[in-house]
Amino acid sequence: MEREMQKQQQEESSYTVEQLVTFNPYNPDILPDLENYVNEQVSSQTYSLDANLCLLRHYQFEPDRMSIQIVSHILIKALMAMPAPDFSLCLFLIPEKVQMEEPFKTLIVLSHYLETGRFHQFWDEAAKSRRLLEAVPGFEQAIQAYAGHVLSLTYQKVPRAVLAEAINIEGPSLDKFIEHQAVNSGWALGKGQLIVIPKNEFNHPELKKSGGDIVPLEHIARIFPILG
Amino acid sequence: MSSSYDYDEADGHGQMQLSQQDVAYDPNFVPDYVKSFVVHLYRYIREKNVYEIHQMYETSFHALSDRYFKETPWPSVDAVAHYVDNDHVFCLLYREMWFRHLFARLSPTLKQRIDSWDNYCSLFGVVLHGVVNMQLPNQWLWDMVDEFVYQFQSFCQYRAKMKNKTEQEIALLGQYDKAWNVYGVLNYLQALVEKSAIIQILDREKEGLEQFTANDGYDYDGGSNVLKVLGYFSMVGLLRVHCLLGDYQTALKCLQPIDTSQQGVYFIVIGSHIATIYHYGFACLMLRRYVDAIREFNKILLHIYMIKQYHQKSSQYEQILKKNEQMYALLAICLSLCPQVNLVDETVNSQLREKYGEKMARMQKFDEEAFAIYDELFSYACPKFITPSAPSFDEPLVNYNQDAYRLQLKLFLYEVKQQQLLSGIRTFLKVYSSISLAKLANYMDVDEPTLRTILLTYKHKTRAVDSDRKIISNADIDFYIEDDMIRVVESKPVKRYGDIFLRQIIKLEGVMNNLDSIKLE
Repeated sequence: MEREMQKQQQEESSYTVEQLVTFNPYNPDILPDLENYVNEQVSSQTYSLDANLCLLRHYQFEPDRMSIQIVSHILIKALMAMPAPDFSLCLFLIPEKVQMEEPFKTLIVLSHYLETGRFHQFWDEAAKSRRLLEAVPGFEQAIQAYAGHVLSLTYQKVPRAVLAEAINIEGPSLDKFIEHQAVNSGWALGKGQLIVIPKNEFNHPELKKSGGDIVPLEHIARIFPILG
Repeated sequence: MSSSYDYDEADGHGQMQLSQQDVAYDPNFVPDYVKSFVVHLYRYIREKNVYEIHQMYETSFHALSDRYFKETPWPSVDAVAHYVDNDHVFCLLYREMWFRHLFARLSPTLKQRIDSWDNYCSLFGVVLHGVVNMQLPNQWLWDMVDEFVYQFQSFCQYRAKMKNKTEQEIALLGQYDKAWNVYGVLNYLQALVEKSAIIQILDREKEGLEQFTANDGYDYDGGSNVLKVLGYFSMVGLLRVHCLLGDYQTALKCLQPIDTSQQGVYFIVIGSHIATIYHYGFACLMLRRYVDAIREFNKILLHIYMIKQYHQKSSQYEQILKKNEQMYALLAICLSLCPQVNLVDETVNSQLREKYGEKMARMQKFDEEAFAIYDELFSYACPKFITPSAPSFDEPLVNYNQDAYRLQLKLFLYEVKQQQLLSGIRTFLKVYSSISLAKLANYMDVDEPTLRTILLTYKHKTRAVDSDRKIISNADIDFYIEDDMIRVVESKPVKRYGDIFLRQIIKLEGVMNNLDSIKLE
């Protein structure tokens, strides 16, 4: 019962922050609310790009009020939102001088590896920065989801070794992971060491909906007077 | 539209406009032609004669400026006030034009910049209180918002050049820290959007309950169009300010109520149309939504090509041409990163080839020379980014007006470099319908694991995330991996027969109507 009430309170306060961002975003007084909201996103594993961009803008307007820790949390959350370009969007708002210091330098390197499909190097580097990344729960799973996404764009059947490297899981844990995906996302174990990825329009071109010759009704409506 | 977007703006105190050295300027002397101008303008505004107001605003004002006020400001508002019954609102409008003329032709001092800010505060304050009962031409209302954002941008550039500031200037800056404060600027634009309820008006219009766009924004029920239209243009103002700050996501969000796939009030004034699409396209480029950017640039470049002859005499002709060139540069960038030439119209394409054909060929090589060209085009075409925060007044005083631009350029080139290997893949995909991983790795001189990462990068980079957070493909040429084979999928441009027939039916009907209306002797 208490947990329910806590959750509802959380929902209510995040509702209020979202309202602030929509209706009163250019008010310097909301900065503490936005910062609290970032912490909330971290602890409750939720995410709001708009609110975080709003906060980064405020930091841009008043650089003295910038909190390095909050910004690094925002960036980690943005990484977790891949394949969306949120990480770049945040970087556009962070001064160059700040980006050249830690932990931002490391985060930029991590982003680079993810953007260029270099999962092996990514997990290596991530291991070195475990303390930084562990502060944000759900990080590992989010990156694994991104890895799975890119693989499913590319392969009809992915070799087990490739999958293992991409999501940084091996051995029996990997079997469990694949089983889980089989139940929830339609993956299947194929011949040999191949895992079959469900069909989508990107790895099975025949599924691509041809929007070619569909003419919307509004366009036909234009010639009704002529036909009539 | 404001006439100078140069980074290096003069600092004001070095220029002479009011220093009475070359040209005698007496702010209190009101020549007859000025008296006539303000008297007539005041009358037309009171009579709500929008057509005449427009003529005076667009033509007479510029003609008089060209002839008599090339190097001096117009007479001061105090001098003309008694010809117009000391009307408070008219004086605010006159002052707005006065400052706009100053910024365009001469170099404002810091004090003048601050005074102009005060004037905007008063003017917008009056409008926001809802006591304005005028109908003003859309061109004028657009120019107000456009100039407001321009002067903000100009002020940030000016303020960031601390190196040569005099003590007096620094003292003034510290004293008037609210002038052109970024919070103030954004809040005024936001207030205009909200108080005018323009978003609700546009929503209701979709359901046929409002006639805003159909009336070009004018109010035919005896009311005023000023607040509504200022609110509308303020959305474009917010789009622009957010681009200047580097927040492209929010920029697009501010523009969302306006549907750029349709004509609307933004379309009526050429300056607003260009500003809207230019910033929309630029934001899409930075969001990696290359296809959206290409579509919009294509549409507007075609539009400008058709109509620019009608604007040759306009005071904005130069600005139109400049933006035209900048958008060709941006289009060249987009097409080099996302070769979807079928999205570009014939006319635009041939212009593009002429201006940037060679550069585009070199850009697609993604070598050092290519990056230099990306740098050059981006720098030429990008908005004048600003650092919105107040300067620190500690020694040593430095110029930091280029910081914002350098950051955006750096991040942009970073993205370009990440796409370096993609063009190699594309070349091979164009040639083969299927090829084994081993063979391709061999041709590209990399090992197989590296090839796999390159292929993943290609897949990731050729997707974009649209405004609904959905993933859509940008790729002109695609593939999938089956076992050890890469199978190439080329997306052929689908001929849209339906559209072709519709267009021809309407065209033929038009021809037949024309024939019917001809009377033969």
